[in-house]
Amino acid sequence: MARLLELTLNGRPRADAVADNLLLLDYLREIVGLTGTKTGCDGGECGACTVLVDDRPRLSCLTLAATMGGRRVDTIESLSRDGRLSAVQRGFHEKLGSQCGYCTPGFIMASAGLLRRNPFPNEDEIRAALGSNICRCTGYVKIIEAVKYAAELHAAGASP
Amino acid sequence: MNEIVPTRNIGCYVPMIDGPEKVSGRAKYTADLIAPGMLAGHIYRSPYSHAEILEVDIAEALRVPGVKAIVTGADCDRTFGVLPIARSEHPLARDKVRYRGEPVAAVAAVDDATAKRAIALIRLKVRELPACYTAQTALAPGAGNIHAHRPGNVERDVLFELGDVEQGLREADLVREASYNCAEVCQNQMEMHAAVAEYDRERDRMTVHASTQVPYYVHLMLAQILDMDMSRIRVIKPHVGGGFGCRTEALNVELIAALLAKRAGGCVRMMINREETFITHRGRPETDIRLKLGMRRDGRITAVECECYQRGGAHSGYGVVTILYAGSMLYAIYDLHNVKYIGKRVLTNTPPCGAFRGHGTVDIRFAFESLLDQMAHEMALDPIAVRRTNYLTAPTFTDNDLMVNSYGLPECVDWVEKASGWKARKGRLSKGKGLGFACSHYISGASKPVNWTGEPHATVKIKLDFDGSIVVLSGAADIGQGSTTLLAQTVGEVLGLDLGRIRVVTGDSEVVPKDNGSYSSRVTFMVGNAALDAAHNLKRVLVAAAARKLDAKPEEVECLGEVYRAGAQDKGLTFNEVVTEALRDSGTITVTGNYSTIPESHGGKKYRGAAIGGTMGYSYSAQVVEVSVDADTGVVSVDKVWVAHDCGKALNRLTVEGQVQGSVWMGMGQAMSEETAYHDGLLITGNMLDYRVPTIADSPPIEVGIVESNDPHGPFGAKEAGEGSLAAFLPALTNAIADAIGVRFNDLPVTPDRVFAAIEKHRRAHNPHPYPPPLAGEGKGGGA
Repeated sequence: MARLLELTLNGRPRADAVADNLLLLDYLREIVGLTGTKTGCDGGECGACTVLVDDRPRLSCLTLAATMGGRRVDTIESLSRDGRLSAVQRGFHEKLGSQCGYCTPGFIMASAGLLRRNPFPNEDEIRAALGSNICRCTGYVKIIEAVKYAAELHAAGASP
Repeated sequence: MNEIVPTRNIGCYVPMIDGPEKVSGRAKYTADLIAPGMLAGHIYRSPYSHAEILEVDIAEALRVPGVKAIVTGADCDRTFGVLPIARSEHPLARDKVRYRGEPVAAVAAVDDATAKRAIALIRLKVRELPACYTAQTALAPGAGNIHAHRPGNVERDVLFELGDVEQGLREADLVREASYNCAEVCQNQMEMHAAVAEYDRERDRMTVHASTQVPYYVHLMLAQILDMDMSRIRVIKPHVGGGFGCRTEALNVELIAALLAKRAGGCVRMMINREETFITHRGRPETDIRLKLGMRRDGRITAVECECYQRGGAHSGYGVVTILYAGSMLYAIYDLHNVKYIGKRVLTNTPPCGAFRGHGTVDIRFAFESLLDQMAHEMALDPIAVRRTNYLTAPTFTDNDLMVNSYGLPECVDWVEKASGWKARKGRLSKGKGLGFACSHYISGASKPVNWTGEPHATVKIKLDFDGSIVVLSGAADIGQGSTTLLAQTVGEVLGLDLGRIRVVTGDSEVVPKDNGSYSSRVTFMVGNAALDAAHNLKRVLVAAAARKLDAKPEEVECLGEVYRAGAQDKGLTFNEVVTEALRDSGTITVTGNYSTIPESHGGKKYRGAAIGGTMGYSYSAQVVEVSVDADTGVVSVDKVWVAHDCGKALNRLTVEGQVQGSVWMGMGQAMSEETAYHDGLLITGNMLDYRVPTIADSPPIEVGIVESNDPHGPFGAKEAGEGSLAAFLPALTNAIADAIGVRFNDLPVTPDRVFAAIEKHRRAHNPHPYPPPLAGEGKGGGA
């Protein structure tokens, strides 16, 4: 069965008819065309599909689109403001927190979620917040540096 | 002539030029290429490990509404494979299936659900055959042949002895022999395999987007499998989410997608899931090694005898090369003279192995550096001093004719010794803590490419037009390692231009020159050198134009990037004025840069396959690993890693650090937790929970020291940085554990259960009666 989904997606109100069993991940990628959110596993293993739902990180591959009625969903495509990278995006770019880039949207959204609730995270808090995201390129060293740098940029006024 | 001060990018920390796309979600990977009307492709896979195919019944599946095409082995009798000498794999199995999960049929349908419904209706009728899941069973007398043309299931036998091993062993003060087992591991790159194939029936043309490291190989194999002229095929490599070697050969995924597209006369998107990506495999084979070393009292190695068995899986893949690398790369790190190597690459009924980061060298290096450490300990020598006793002196040729021109290993060793506080801390850490040391090395591209055509090893083109933008055209595949950025840096450095003026176009066979691809760390060295050549050729054209306009001789023209002038008083010409002058005669300018390896680097002929291992530049790495071992749980934590890597010259310090950290960490996964496992050929670790990759919570700080040995042939002196540091982690870890608890692990991965069991065994051996005597019938118990 399908039902009407009304939500706020990347700051804009939107309505779509969605099947009851449609995953939020597939809704974003295949219906809306927001392919920045990635599929990296067969369900709940890697974190590549992380989006923010009402500012909290969430695995879109384990979320039914139909449950998002009235919620605020933010994807990687929402972070840049006026053509400028956000603090977390800049951190990942400039500190090489991203190599192949495939896990990056998930890491960035999880990091943005962290900074929204804890603007001054220490290293243990960064590790805990990103513990369910897997990266195969970096060894995570530069991801931690990226988030620390992002927190500095955020503290200086950049959006997370 | 016309030198400028190099400050802008080479040797600096340069963020990747395609980084903004990756951090904003704009970078398109193959699965992101969604077009209206495209079909969904799915694969029907064999539920049998080894069986003769009697019938593939697709009649019922074809009747499902919305199914547009089904292909089976009957539709393609051609074979593929990365090595021209070993092309024996069908994209869809014919006659026989040889591993569980091997593709048998494929469906293209209007959507995923329809394709899956059709897949469920395909019926495979077979006669099952006995299967071999280990190298030992496949080699046992009476084991059936997995491939008719490989009797005894031996893909390749290697045997060489250079020098006199018996004599070398006689000269030794200590001879030790040990056996090692390294579990099979898989690249498990974050992007699952995908292909989008579009067939234009009106023009008979095929376009394939593929998640590959070598678009050229995909191109070759598409032509072969589809029986199409190469000129009718176009291969595009979008952004690629990692590879680590599994994408250095054409995979069945893109070939099957193309077969479906051709049958359907349309566009097919094939996205295989994580489990299927594991089954497609091409990882590092399970390896059994027996190693014997002879050593003098001063640490000098007098003899090496090494036997290596690799469980290669059901098809050849890179197998012949892998087993040869394992032997040849015993050399080029230490000064060795009496070496015997016996290698066997074995076919088994498991998914096919391939070229995993550090191809062929990793497991052998684990064994070698472990035994070296063990013997140093036994002779009360500092393990670092033992390495120093065995250094090479560059330039030199090894006994197997490998050309070593630059050798920064001593500086790497010095760096980690100092940074880790080795002298002061080794042997003085608190209980349960230990320090381990090891070295490793790798090649900067194979000096002889797999497909030897006589062309240059690398070609780069640069286009310059009226707008003054520099467009670099290259087939080098950026898979996240930063090759696109490196090309821009190289060209920018020579021309003295800001990277903003430079655009790099890659990954489309319609536009860019052919490239041999991103494997065996060849890109920085070979494509970098070709880019350097192209940039110098363009600079010559610009300087000549400026000279004409300035009424000066070319050698008087000073190139300052945005300004060309003749003498310091001259106000000179802007770059755009020079471009306008340069275009006057020829119109749009294109220049070419080429690079070819020199014959001396092609390896030798002392044994069959001796060319494998030949390269223009060897990278070197040294590592110190600090661990804590929890004796109650067997959990090993890596507290810190110090790694130094000789990359010749760090063209981009940011990406060199990132590559070295990534290599070390990937070595950590193999050493501590990663392992594929099969039950009667069924993969039981086909997800990222059972195939345990270290998370950010488990991963240590990795401090990188960059050693620059300035290779005489490398671009700006550079060599590889992306693979050579992987191997040293494995033995450095087990050496550290041995330092911490006195127990040596020769089998990988070193999981907590193994550590716990070994600690228990060790305890009992040293304290035979710690517990009440066992009950009758519980085995011998007591002392180990």
